[in-house]
Amino acid sequence: MSQNRRDFLKTFAAIGTTAATLTAVTPNIAKGSSRRELSIDRKGVLVDTTVCIGCGKCEWACKTAHNMEAGNFDDYSSQLTDGSQRRPSENALTVVNQIDTSIMNSDKVKLQCMHCDHPACESACIVSAITKQENGAVTWDTDKCIGCRYCMVACPFQIPAFEYQKALDPKIVKCDFCYDRTKEGKLPACVEICPVGALTYGTREELLIEAKRRISKDPDKYFDHVFGEYEVGGTSWLYLAENNLVNKVFPKLGTNTAPGVSESIQHGLFAYFVPPVALYALLGGVMWLSKNKDKNEGGH
Amino acid sequence: MEHAFKPEQMTKKYFTPWVIVLSAIALNGLGFLAMRFFFGIGSVTNLNNQFPWGIWIGLDVAAGVALAAGGFTTAALGHIMHRDKYETIIRPALLTAMLGYTFVAMGVFVDIGRWYYIWHPLVMWNGNSALFEVGICVMIYVSVLYIEFLPIVTERFIGKVNLPGFLKKFNLLVDGLLRKLDRGLEKTMFIFIIAGVVLSCLHQSSLGTLMIIAGPKMHPLWQTPVLPLLFLLSAFSVGFPMVIMESISASKSFGLKPELDVLSSLAKFVAPLLGIYLAFKIGDMFIRETFVYLAEFNSTTIMFTLEVVVGVIIPLRMFLSAAVRNSTTGLYIASLLVIFGIVMNRFNNFITAYNPPYAVESYFPSFGEISVTLGFVAMEILIYRLFVKIFPIISLPIKNAGLKAKYAIRGGLK
Ligand code: SF4
Ligand code: SF4
Ligand code: SF4
Repeated sequence: MSQNRRDFLKTFAAIGTTAATLTAVTPNIAKGSSRRELSIDRKGVLVDTTVCIGCGKCEWACKTAHNMEAGNFDDYSSQLTDGSQRRPSENALTVVNQIDTSIMNSDKVKLQCMHCDHPACESACIVSAITKQENGAVTWDTDKCIGCRYCMVACPFQIPAFEYQKALDPKIVKCDFCYDRTKEGKLPACVEICPVGALTYGTREELLIEAKRRISKDPDKYFDHVFGEYEVGGTSWLYLAENNLVNKVFPKLGTNTAPGVSESIQHGLFAYFVPPVALYALLGGVMWLSKNKDKNEGGH
Repeated sequence: MEHAFKPEQMTKKYFTPWVIVLSAIALNGLGFLAMRFFFGIGSVTNLNNQFPWGIWIGLDVAAGVALAAGGFTTAALGHIMHRDKYETIIRPALLTAMLGYTFVAMGVFVDIGRWYYIWHPLVMWNGNSALFEVGICVMIYVSVLYIEFLPIVTERFIGKVNLPGFLKKFNLLVDGLLRKLDRGLEKTMFIFIIAGVVLSCLHQSSLGTLMIIAGPKMHPLWQTPVLPLLFLLSAFSVGFPMVIMESISASKSFGLKPELDVLSSLAKFVAPLLGIYLAFKIGDMFIRETFVYLAEFNSTTIMFTLEVVVGVIIPLRMFLSAAVRNSTTGLYIASLLVIFGIVMNRFNNFITAYNPPYAVESYFPSFGEISVTLGFVAMEILIYRLFVKIFPIISLPIKNAGLKAKYAIRGGLK
């Protein structure tokens, strides 16, 4: 056995051991965090669009609570009547749109992050800057984010916005469910200010019961569907409306979790590092064999 | 009779009219890059909250990674399967891969909003994220490529160390160190070569996983759970055409005779690889019954048809023909078509297919974005040209070589 070949074997064994160790110590990474239990007490908000009067006060309160340029308190309601379908952006974490301005009192829908139970943005984020908190809020961490915008690609509701105009420290901007306020026991700013009680804060479980109670009490008033109960595996924010919101307000989405397919492929490729290590071993074997064959045939 | 080959430094002068043109394109790109760093991504690109990713990701990164596949495919063929015949093309392919990945990393660097945090994925992990996987693999693979390139550097300088001025007295020392490094590398190189192939397979496929999470935002013609496999298979099939295209281009540019013998044999692998890719692509289409979308006539279906017909089926047919494989022009055109097909595929996956639910207008890259992308390509070619002058990359036939000296190329397993 030549010097080289002995080295080859030795090193190969060493790699095998390293890989085995790696496999043993990293199951958490390979498994990922998506299977962690969701707290049963996680909070949510029930948005009853039939109650909303479109005053836009939630938009104002949200900006004020997040130190954003809020402008004049009284200017907000007029934005509704022009029929424009605004989107949450880097300048507004939430917006209220009237879906069909041709009908006087038709549904007005407040939009913000849905705080998914299995957030695509969290699963996608390259550095785990996005976290589904125990209380249901999906928050973003400025100290981690690298600004790759993969969360924006992933979000099925097209929610995260990005500060494209900033050369330094651009942020991913989205509703954080007023995480800092709820930690202190306060209500989310938008819920607190709503003058007609269109927004109800509570545990997701309570809210679902309440939503279904409202539908069964007044079946003529409501479209029989709580949006967010099952969509993309469930969201913390739930919607009641007179009409079907799907396609008019929200995209048509299945009930599977948004990151489901992607995560299972990812974990399949990396199941305890077995496939890469196996491939390594296979290639090593081929290299070894073809080299020997070479030696025998070439005869040098 | 077969020729013996040995990599040599190119001696032709660096500047030609083409080099000047490329330099201008590169400078133009650099100008827009400066703007991006001073005034933000929004000042240069057409990206917005609807379209977070544009051609800097779709072309510079995704297509860049695919086109650098020549590196690992030739390494697998030459080093792992020991087809010595192909040793002459390993070095050029390695250089392309090394530069290609370096520019992929640059593409990521300029596209991410917080470039100063680019090291974060190294310490902040998310095993669920396909992007994390791509990022880590690419980082490791770039390092592996640089290590694989080191023997070429040692070969260039061993026995020729000539430091200027008072540093002269270190000449011997440096030479000794280089020799040590060379010996160490020679013993361990196979580790890196295998690792390079494994890492490539991993991130080439994970790149395909990237867009899966976009779910219904992606057009069903492209959105499929087998995307990782399609990405891997297409990377396999574009590797050799890239090498062929470069080899012919370099020969033309340096006034050498193309190594038609090697290239034609290499071309024999292309049709089967392309065929497997096409089979999976079409098979997947039929299983998911997405061909119904082709009945519509719009820009999306045109892009799809271009990608598959011009970029896969036509070159597949060309590579099947011996006449094409044995002619430099035929090889060149067929290879360019494959490259076109894969670039289109990456572009389509990342850009054409992406239809956000609340898009008000579709994305078209800005002049600045295009300038940066072209600038990167130009810079890559310029650096390539520089490197083949500095280092022994391109093989030339040796005259009067004994059988022993045949394939006197180092870097692999002896
Ligand atoms: S709505 Fe979008 S941003 Fe909000 S938690 Fe879900 S995936 Fe994340
Ligand atoms: S932009 Fe930031 S938060 Fe979004 S995926 Fe990238 S690193 Fe994560
Ligand atoms: S929960 Fe807080 S951050 Fe979210 S929309 Fe309401 S006020 Fe804004």
